[in-house]
Amino acid sequence: MADAYIFDAVRTPRGKGKKDGALHEMTALSLATQVLEQLRDRNNLDTSKVDDVVLGCVSPIGEQGADIARTAVLTAEYAETTAGVQVNRFCASGLEACNMAAAKVMTGEADMAIGGGVESMSRVPMGSDGGAWPTDPSSAFKTYFAPQGIGADLIASLYGFSRDDVDAYAVESQKRAARAWEEGRFSKSVFGVKDQLGLTLLDRDEHMRPDATMQSLASLNPSFAAPGELAFDAVVQQRYPQVERVNHVHHAGNSSGIVDGAAGVLFGTREMGEALGLKPRARVKGMASIGSEPSIMLTGPSYVTEKLLKKLGMNVGDIDLYELNEAFAAVVLRMMQALDIPHEKMNVNGGSIAMGHPLGATGAMILGTALDELERTDKETALVTLCVGAGMGTATVIERI
Amino acid sequence: MENFKIEVDGDGVALVTFDVPGRSMNTITGAVMREFPQVIEQIKSDPAIKGAVIASGKPTGFCAGADLGEMGTQAGGGQDTRSAEEKLRAQFDSSFTLNRTLRALETCGKPVAIALEGLALGGGLEIALAGHYRVAAKNPKLQLGLPEAKVGLLPGAGGTQRLPRIMGAMKALPLILEGKSMTAEEALANGVVHEVVEPGQTIEAAKTWIKTKGDPVQPWDRKDFKVPGGGPFSPGGSQVFILGNAMLRKQSYGNYPAQLNILKCVFEGLQVPIDAGLRIETRYFLKTMGTPQAKAMIRSLFLSMQELGKGASRPKDVAPYDVKQVAVLGAGMMGAGIAYVQAMAGIKTILIDTTQEAADKGLAHAKGILDKAVGRKKMTQEKADQVLSLITPTTDYALVKGSDLVVEAVFESREIKAEVTKKAEAQIAETAVFGSNTSTLPITGLAKASERPANFIGIHFFSPVDKMGLVEIIMGKETSQETLAKTMDYVLKIRKTPIVVNDSRGFYTSRCFGTFVTEGLEMLTDGIAPAIIDNVGRATGMPRGPLEMNDDVALDLAHKVREATKKDMGDQYVAGPVDALISKMVVDLGRFGRKNGKGFYDYPSDGPKRLWPGLADLAPVKTSDADKALIEEIRTRLLYRQAVEAARCFEEGVVTDPRDADVGAILGWGFAPWTGGPISLIDSVGAKAFVETCDRLTEKYGSRFSPPKLLREMAASGETFYGRFGKAKAA
Repeated sequence: MADAYIFDAVRTPRGKGKKDGALHEMTALSLATQVLEQLRDRNNLDTSKVDDVVLGCVSPIGEQGADIARTAVLTAEYAETTAGVQVNRFCASGLEACNMAAAKVMTGEADMAIGGGVESMSRVPMGSDGGAWPTDPSSAFKTYFAPQGIGADLIASLYGFSRDDVDAYAVESQKRAARAWEEGRFSKSVFGVKDQLGLTLLDRDEHMRPDATMQSLASLNPSFAAPGELAFDAVVQQRYPQVERVNHVHHAGNSSGIVDGAAGVLFGTREMGEALGLKPRARVKGMASIGSEPSIMLTGPSYVTEKLLKKLGMNVGDIDLYELNEAFAAVVLRMMQALDIPHEKMNVNGGSIAMGHPLGATGAMILGTALDELERTDKETALVTLCVGAGMGTATVIERI
Repeated sequence: MENFKIEVDGDGVALVTFDVPGRSMNTITGAVMREFPQVIEQIKSDPAIKGAVIASGKPTGFCAGADLGEMGTQAGGGQDTRSAEEKLRAQFDSSFTLNRTLRALETCGKPVAIALEGLALGGGLEIALAGHYRVAAKNPKLQLGLPEAKVGLLPGAGGTQRLPRIMGAMKALPLILEGKSMTAEEALANGVVHEVVEPGQTIEAAKTWIKTKGDPVQPWDRKDFKVPGGGPFSPGGSQVFILGNAMLRKQSYGNYPAQLNILKCVFEGLQVPIDAGLRIETRYFLKTMGTPQAKAMIRSLFLSMQELGKGASRPKDVAPYDVKQVAVLGAGMMGAGIAYVQAMAGIKTILIDTTQEAADKGLAHAKGILDKAVGRKKMTQEKADQVLSLITPTTDYALVKGSDLVVEAVFESREIKAEVTKKAEAQIAETAVFGSNTSTLPITGLAKASERPANFIGIHFFSPVDKMGLVEIIMGKETSQETLAKTMDYVLKIRKTPIVVNDSRGFYTSRCFGTFVTEGLEMLTDGIAPAIIDNVGRATGMPRGPLEMNDDVALDLAHKVREATKKDMGDQYVAGPVDALISKMVVDLGRFGRKNGKGFYDYPSDGPKRLWPGLADLAPVKTSDADKALIEEIRTRLLYRQAVEAARCFEEGVVTDPRDADVGAILGWGFAPWTGGPISLIDSVGAKAFVETCDRLTEKYGSRFSPPKLLREMAASGETFYGRFGKAKAA
């Protein structure tokens, strides 16, 4: 099997996922197109050598429907011969797209492929694609379906994270993200999104609240107490009867933000890289996905990490940097607790609590973040993972060349 | 045709009179199913007929639906090995008959109106929904509803398809899932009927519609039809199902396949044309019929309850006994509640206590219940005053004179009971009945205080008396059949469901219920986390978890009962960790339960109850994780512990009729209704498998699970309780 190398990674800044967000006036297609253009132009890429573009997208309907990956290939004016496919592994879609692109390279299906993702949450709201899982009694009932926030609160209840714990984590995430921006740690990957005239519309993450404090977060009401009370607490308690009461600790300030954004990562064989004059920045060391208990939904990251490390013959301590999507503070706290990972190695530049989580794109974004940080700090290996809807986990380990 | 009569008037409107011969109420019998298509054929093909009005020939209402007696025998599968595909196809075809017929009715090309003078329930409403126009009478007794889910079934004649297409899923789902009925006005507001008129006018109004508008096309057969509120994947519709799925799990704990299948019918059916929806409905109908829950629930919750409610086990050769006056001794919560239900049934009530103040307090309790009813407009003030005037609170035993029956409801003390028994008996006729509302003290012993032990009987009411439908009648050793018959007449008069049991410690209901709460305590002393015990306890289908139930019943009471039992049994009593736990809670810590705000739970004034943190010191937690295997084990322990006790009651002759055992369990202590009761539970598991599980549990947890000899016999012979002890005639 060939090795898959990473040659480049780019992302848009993340715009507030509301009608007054800067990227709301740009289509999802435009965001995806600009990502592909950036990868092409930064690398002087002969796009006829790109076999496939895999893009994650979680609500692939409306303007994000009908295979937005192939559509963006065409609007970015890649060679007609470049294929495109859209994939959905919920919140890990972006990383899954990268893993698929890498796998295509490893198996020899592709010499060069792009993985990435796009989500305009302000334009195609979360959940607007419907789906059988929560709606169809046949699946919802059997899987003890509850919204993710209930699962996050359940994690906090089961594993003993207080409101102070999750708020403290959120404040730290904001601090780290602010520091990373101040020191220009994202500048390698982030490009300014251009408007219809070609003027820069947004060049910095828009969602951040660097001034957040324990006091300011304390004033926020828990987001999932009401639906929990209505029915969903009772549902998860039937699956987890050891929980006397679900402690609702999550709110807008310690959960991932709703934002718009897109990202892409360029993978290829060493030979194709050499032929195109590209310098490999990292090698994909391993990839894995798992299923975990769907009702609590968000405990997958530690399990997929264990699976992948075992496969690679590595230990938790062998990884220099961890990136775990900050869907909810408790998800990260639980993974650190479960695997005994020090906070110093986890999400060193903040995460989705501060910068937002454009569902289909985040996995590709944080893969790029990890790569940039390895280079900045001259470290070797990073593990990138996300918790996933319906109880899954996806992970990737990369190492610098 | 025997069940339908067709008369065509001068305007060409056919009046179809639905009248099942030999029955007081129209039900959908086999003959009705055979004749209905002929009616439709005639409406369709007779050129003289322009449209039809279907009305009932019965004063009792339009139609009460399917014959549940017939269905009960089909439900549950079991013996019937219909696994072969051909059999299943044949079964589908037969179950689809009424759907096919009603679909033919609404697509016959001529307008059909339904005149509803009285109730239309289940299949009765489903027939009505297939009419193009429905007129209901302004009759306060008129009910329209689909009650199938209450007995473990789902509406199988289009109810799950037409009602949501009329009302929208959001409004229709609770009606179908909970089996609630609508009044004529509610039905009008929801579009379920189109017009409400004065009683006696429905046929005329229906005819007028045929003549003046007479549109023969259902809304769902129009091209532009949209489900009100949207289908399952419209923005509003998806929320209905996402939340509906969760609400159903919250309420049913997954114990009721009928409700889940109803939800599936509506979800899947609304996404396709109605013909496909009806096929989907019939498939889920058959699936539901095949569950043990359907069989057990039809039997216990409908057939047995109906039979017992008519006094099925009353001795036949005793003349009816009309109870006009009853003295109630003791005006506490129970006595006052009994006085209330008696007065509601028109019985003159003497309510006695030791002080006038206490007796008046009892009257005030009854008044409180009546005031609430008046406040909710369920009763007129006049009626409430009249009911209240039937109760005389007093301290004077002379007023007991002339009572046909006495109910003693004083404190659970043999001495006090003996004293009031003597005082009251001195006042009443030799033919009068003396009943004791004790919940624990053996009747034979209490009867020793009586001059006439043959007239002495246990009449065990449940609290709160005005809401609980069960009365457990306890036969003492010397109680006569005549006394039993008279007592039963009294219980039926106050509209309660009687079960009859023989004397034993705790009789039947308290004895079996006690095993549920105690098993919870056993688990606690085993080291299972209390939250797991109560959450899984609730999920078994019991109304509350065992620990919170202990708190509600009161721990000091449990302690007292244990002490009394210990005294009575002497050396035979084996004290265990549970005794030590209760003693510690009550004697050392003064934690009596909900009543003093301190039990296994704390009861803060400003919020919901929380488990008492100190409990971990008394019963250290060893098991704090609950996997599926543990959940299943706890379920089994809680349900089987009660069921094995019920089986012992059979062996000891405490209960003799499975209907008494099952209905008594469900109405008396809320035993998981989905099982049909503890005896139905054993029957549906099968004695052999039940005994095997009990043997395993005995080995692991102790002899309290040890199956009685009777069960081993039944396991060997393959008998069921209903087979061996069943007195119910096939309905």
